[in-house]
Amino acid sequence: MTLSDGRLEVEEIKVEIDGTECTGPKGSTILDMAKAADIYIPTLCYDPRMQPYGACRLCLVEVEGARGLLPACYAEATDGMVVKTTTEELERIRKTLVELLLSDHEMECQGCTKSGRCELQELANRYGITESPFVGEKHEYVEHVENPFVMRDYNKCIMCGRCIRICREVQGVGVYDFVNRGFKAIPGTPFDKDMQETPCEFCGQCISTCPTGAIKARPYEGTGRIAARDMLRNACAYFKMSEEDMMEALGLDNWVTRTTCAYCGCGCQLDLHVIDNKVAEVTSPKMVGSGQGNLCVKGRFGYDFIASDERLTKPLIRKGKKFVEAEWDDALDLIAKKLGAIKKKEGADAIGVLSSARATNEDNYLVQKFTRAVIGTNNVDHCARL
Amino acid sequence: MTNTIDDLEEANAILVIGSNTTEAHPIIGLRIKKAVMQNDCKLIVAEPRHIRLCFYADRWLQHMPGTDVALLNGMMNVIIEEGLYDKEFVAERTEGFEELAEMVKDYTPEKAAEITGVAADDIREAARTFAAADCAAIVYAMGITQHTTGTDNVVTVANLSMLTGNIGKPGAGVNPLRGQNNVQGACDVGALPNVFTGYRSVSDAEVRKEFEKAWGVELPSEPGLTATAMIDAASAGDLKAMYIIGENPMLSDANIHHAEEALNKLDFLVVQDIFLTETAELADVVLPAASFAEKEGTFSATDRRVQRVRKAVEAPGEARGDNEIIADLSKRMGYEMANVEPAAVMDEIASLTPQYAGISHARLDTGITLHWPCPDAEHPGTPILHTKYFTRGKGWFCPVPYKAPAEQADADYPLVLTTGRVLWQYHTGTMTRKSEGINEIDPHGKVWISLDDAEKYGIETGKEVVVSTRRGEIDIEAMVTERMPNGVIFVPFHYVEAAANVLTNNAVDPVSKVPEFKVSAAKVKAK
Amino acid sequence: MAENGHKYKLVLGYGTCGIAAGATAVKDALEDAVKGGDYDVDLDFAGCMGYCFKEPVIEIFDSAGGSVIYGDMTAKKVPQLLDEHVAKGQVIEDWVIKDSDDPTAHEGDFLENQHRVVLRNCGKINPESIDEYIEIGGYEAARRALTGMTPEEVIDEVSASGIRGRGGAGFPTGTKWGFARKSPGEDKYLICNADEGDPGAFMDRSVLEGDPHSVLEGMILAGFAIGARQAYIYCRAEYPLALSRLDIAIRECHEKGYLGKNIFGTDWEFDVRVKKGAGAFVCGEETAMMASMEGKRGMPRPRPPFPANSGLWGKPTNINNVETFAAIPWIINNGSAAYSAIGTEKSKGTKVFCLAGKVRRTGLAEVPMGYTLKQVIFDVGGGIAGGREFKAVQMGGPSGGCLPESKLDTQVDYDQITAAGAIIGSGGMIVADNRTCMVDLARYFLSFTQDESCGKCTPCRIGTKRMLEILERICAGEGKPEDIDMLQTLASDIMASSLCALGGTAPNPVLTTLRYFKNEYEDHIFNHKCTAGSCPALITLSIDAETCTGCGACVKVCPTEAITGEKKQPHVIDAEACIRCKMCLSRCPSESIVAE
Repeated sequence: MTLSDGRLEVEEIKVEIDGTECTGPKGSTILDMAKAADIYIPTLCYDPRMQPYGACRLCLVEVEGARGLLPACYAEATDGMVVKTTTEELERIRKTLVELLLSDHEMECQGCTKSGRCELQELANRYGITESPFVGEKHEYVEHVENPFVMRDYNKCIMCGRCIRICREVQGVGVYDFVNRGFKAIPGTPFDKDMQETPCEFCGQCISTCPTGAIKARPYEGTGRIAARDMLRNACAYFKMSEEDMMEALGLDNWVTRTTCAYCGCGCQLDLHVIDNKVAEVTSPKMVGSGQGNLCVKGRFGYDFIASDERLTKPLIRKGKKFVEAEWDDALDLIAKKLGAIKKKEGADAIGVLSSARATNEDNYLVQKFTRAVIGTNNVDHCARL
Repeated sequence: MTNTIDDLEEANAILVIGSNTTEAHPIIGLRIKKAVMQNDCKLIVAEPRHIRLCFYADRWLQHMPGTDVALLNGMMNVIIEEGLYDKEFVAERTEGFEELAEMVKDYTPEKAAEITGVAADDIREAARTFAAADCAAIVYAMGITQHTTGTDNVVTVANLSMLTGNIGKPGAGVNPLRGQNNVQGACDVGALPNVFTGYRSVSDAEVRKEFEKAWGVELPSEPGLTATAMIDAASAGDLKAMYIIGENPMLSDANIHHAEEALNKLDFLVVQDIFLTETAELADVVLPAASFAEKEGTFSATDRRVQRVRKAVEAPGEARGDNEIIADLSKRMGYEMANVEPAAVMDEIASLTPQYAGISHARLDTGITLHWPCPDAEHPGTPILHTKYFTRGKGWFCPVPYKAPAEQADADYPLVLTTGRVLWQYHTGTMTRKSEGINEIDPHGKVWISLDDAEKYGIETGKEVVVSTRRGEIDIEAMVTERMPNGVIFVPFHYVEAAANVLTNNAVDPVSKVPEFKVSAAKVKAK
Repeated sequence: MAENGHKYKLVLGYGTCGIAAGATAVKDALEDAVKGGDYDVDLDFAGCMGYCFKEPVIEIFDSAGGSVIYGDMTAKKVPQLLDEHVAKGQVIEDWVIKDSDDPTAHEGDFLENQHRVVLRNCGKINPESIDEYIEIGGYEAARRALTGMTPEEVIDEVSASGIRGRGGAGFPTGTKWGFARKSPGEDKYLICNADEGDPGAFMDRSVLEGDPHSVLEGMILAGFAIGARQAYIYCRAEYPLALSRLDIAIRECHEKGYLGKNIFGTDWEFDVRVKKGAGAFVCGEETAMMASMEGKRGMPRPRPPFPANSGLWGKPTNINNVETFAAIPWIINNGSAAYSAIGTEKSKGTKVFCLAGKVRRTGLAEVPMGYTLKQVIFDVGGGIAGGREFKAVQMGGPSGGCLPESKLDTQVDYDQITAAGAIIGSGGMIVADNRTCMVDLARYFLSFTQDESCGKCTPCRIGTKRMLEILERICAGEGKPEDIDMLQTLASDIMASSLCALGGTAPNPVLTTLRYFKNEYEDHIFNHKCTAGSCPALITLSIDAETCTGCGACVKVCPTEAITGEKKQPHVIDAEACIRCKMCLSRCPSESIVAE
């Protein structure tokens, strides 16, 4: 059947998951169906922006009639399928998998700025793991901090492959791939080049997808207010609370504001994390807006300007060759006087207003209203002309 | 855009002309890449330089700057000649096909090849690929609008789209990529000399009456000056004062020397901005404004998606929101603006703008995605335009002939200079050049020149050179690269210390009044 | 076999095993000696005859059709061979390993106890001559099928024969072809898996080196059956001789019109290209192999979808092993009934096994399914070398399991072997005697698996590493009581959750050794003893004064100068200085060195 916007309707299928009947479009994976029905299946290598990968094995589920366990993220759901997402065996396997990952991971979360948002930590908490029973070789990689934006600490890498896949599949650049094999396998750049010597566009998609603290945004790591943010996140991890709940418990306003990027016309959605009236971090909300969680270098890292100490903070009036700080009343009165005089002497059309394509719709509306209703001319334009 | 950013990835073919999408609109670039990498979309890129997007292209048409009409007319010639056009769509939804066919008859692939420099067979294959696709989208940006033939370029794009029936369905459409975060919105809400909100003419008495009623004051009926005309008027002594908000013509206008001279001639200049820009340096009064992170409001993205802007931090010092400043100034000039709280202002916009009638902060705060037109509060928005009919009813073919750019290469200035953007910086660098990381990765601009031209003019990568045009000259580092065609050089316009617009030509398109940033005659020599 | 009118035809075994043993020098010596025209002999070479333990090997045919096979040949022996056997017609008894006059005498029973279907032409024809292959009936099956059968009829024959995939999974081949045939689409692919990665497995290599055309003919039949016009052979790079012989064979096929367009005058077209591997065992897994062929990193992906539905470049693809393809022409020529008459009820036909390890006669043993392990190891393999005792046989390489003496009567049959706890796999049989430490054997296989693990999935990448670390500790004398339980639970979780069969079967050697030789693990952990006297950390080496002849061979090789003694007097090992590398033990001619 063809829908009103020209698309073809997609067939619906039904599957049973943990005794619940779930419906969804044909072509969905078991995980898609479960998510739509709010049924939890743990994952680590899954990111909705990318093709399924099936490597972490946490999402393995029992499917009636199938040979062996199937990865829910990868397996296509078929009409009439019967799925069990949790059994004693599955939970034991999941626990073992997390214990194996933790056997090669720093167990002390204090000091890692991903604490509180780390998918591995979440799973460790979920399965009540404080220590791994598997003791053996642990990697000791040197951290990569060669460029201003992306930090890589592969000691925290869990080989989910998300950084590699997002750079290749979504960004279409492919700066990373796995090198070496087996226990020694690790992501890397070609010939271990510094990232600024690769075609990397510093979009930060790898940062946005990394489930652990292996890849971080360097501009958002630091001291002061960022340490306060991290302490709070650690507390969230310790008390097993979400950030929203913690902020509520502490009687604080949510420190995350959702807004629209101020750069180009794509209109990506951003989350600005504010502490102490400064933007401490910028993240991209997943699967939202035209960006769907992806940004570019400007959208991800270009916000130093907000808190720049070169920001204008007071009106300035020219006195000869220099500017002198002034009060708002003086500045506005001066403008009103001058414009009024010119309007009277030369006519309203001797005045021109350039509005801002960077400002909001509301601002722009007021500018053209002012120009037309108050100054009395249609001499209003903006940089669309350029 | 007639379509949305989202449905671009559903296209079976995409023609990108005049857009360096992966650098200027990276997120839209991702959609195009996804279409190519995952959905078998055929990408045709028409672009003088080898931009990154070319790596994903099935076909790269390397045409000379300013020859877009010839190229597109050539493609239409093939499509009509070989009967590949959408006969049903043309018959039912358009007018003027015969005139179009008559005009493009001349533009055989061979003729187009002569003008553009693209091989005739490449033009043929590109035309066939585009026409054969079920849904084909055209994406363009300032690469074709910043010409003296900008309007011609755009109507030709529309011709091609209508000819192949690619309007009104997902994965198709005519899609200009608006450069700024709210240039779409600024246009929508009437910050233009000839229209009120919703693109309704100031000369239309009925419309004017509506606004006069809403605002309680008589309004001027003559269309006003465009930005480029304002500069010319200032230079001529006719314009005496300017109030410039959030714009930096001292770096972004074509022919900066002319702009500088014009601004200096003004009796009175007010600049309202977040930083002391190059333009603000010339002002009589500078007003500190709030940035996007310090105000509430909405932006309209390039695909007509109206989205919320929310206050995250307090403005520094005594900086104020633009709305407050305007209202205060207005009051001091005798006109009291009732309520300038952004939500209320949006309600006022909605009451006067049919396309925005159903849009409000409250609705947007529920998380709904709204593309205008949104005629009432229940309406879900309109992702795709012209699904059944055009605004005027039937689409009208406007065939146009190829016209050369205003200034072409000659004996004195043998190279064509084209300007544009790089991924790292944004426009005049007001915001991006405050970023430590970006400055580290991209400290300064470079002039791109081909290997042959470099040899001819003694230019070496990494060395300072002087690029000059009839309007001025700049010192800039050279980058010799295979990515440039012979006869063309490229300078990005972000860097004040090597300002490309010192060089550019402020000749404008007769209809849109947009300057010809993309073509001027230049010469280059080692320093 | 054409004799070109000569009295004798002399065929030199010229596979990699022969070359490794010195056959090139023998070849040069033969060619040199014969070029003068002094000897009435036609020289040729063939692939491996199977007598790997006696390489270099020469078979001399007389004009009556009889033959004698000589083993342990050297360049030095060539003149005598030619003078006595060729010139004078005298057989040199001392060198004979098989004589057609008395087929089971000497080492003749090694071949007589086999049933060579897949290896039917190996060692008998020159693998670099398509004409020799055609002469013995080669490409007849392909011609008959393409000109007179439908693809469905070919599939039916293969199904009726009961042949199961010889790569290891043992999936019924006819059924598998049926899936690919039914998959919709015009573009389909056929792949021959010649990646043969199991340590100790060399049957595919021998077939490719000895009879490449049998594989190509099998592929032509398979391609026709499933509807694939393009085929690839993914052959590991470590087989340069196989690769070059494949190139020659494919070229010859093109020249004869057996590959390319209009094969046998029909409108069927089919081509084969060889893709070289690059040193990754995991690329023997079909989805990793296809990733490698597509130019990506060779890592597997989950299945479903199966290759028959979505394989190479997303198209329906059928993958079979070298051994499977080599059997197909025989089946078409002799009929499915003839094939299914061989073997057991559920496992039809023959299987090629590679006998390696402590067995006396190492080499290829192709036997009918249903032979007992005892028959294979003792009747064909000749029992344990050095007169020692049989302890276990590791079947199926790193994916397989070991079976102890109590299981020697198990029949070689997919299901029976699996029930016993091992797998047939690709056919590797590594025989262990009482000096083989079973814990160390498990450790060896696990170290191989961890080395070859691609690293994609958690259970294999980290799980096998942790299992290996435990085994290494146990072998080093640092085993802990809880290790055995931990090995079992880890093994079970790794097997259930691994992405592919590499990880999924990696714990098998550990599990089977735990099942049948738990005492050895306990010995290591609790008693600090290596039962087999093998693990260096847990043994002491000493010299039996009664049998030591004082020859001093051990002193020469000891890296720490731990051995002292007068000439012709019993020598002594200083336990403190000894690092237990066992170099001395391997050199002692009187077997006087004891490890315990």
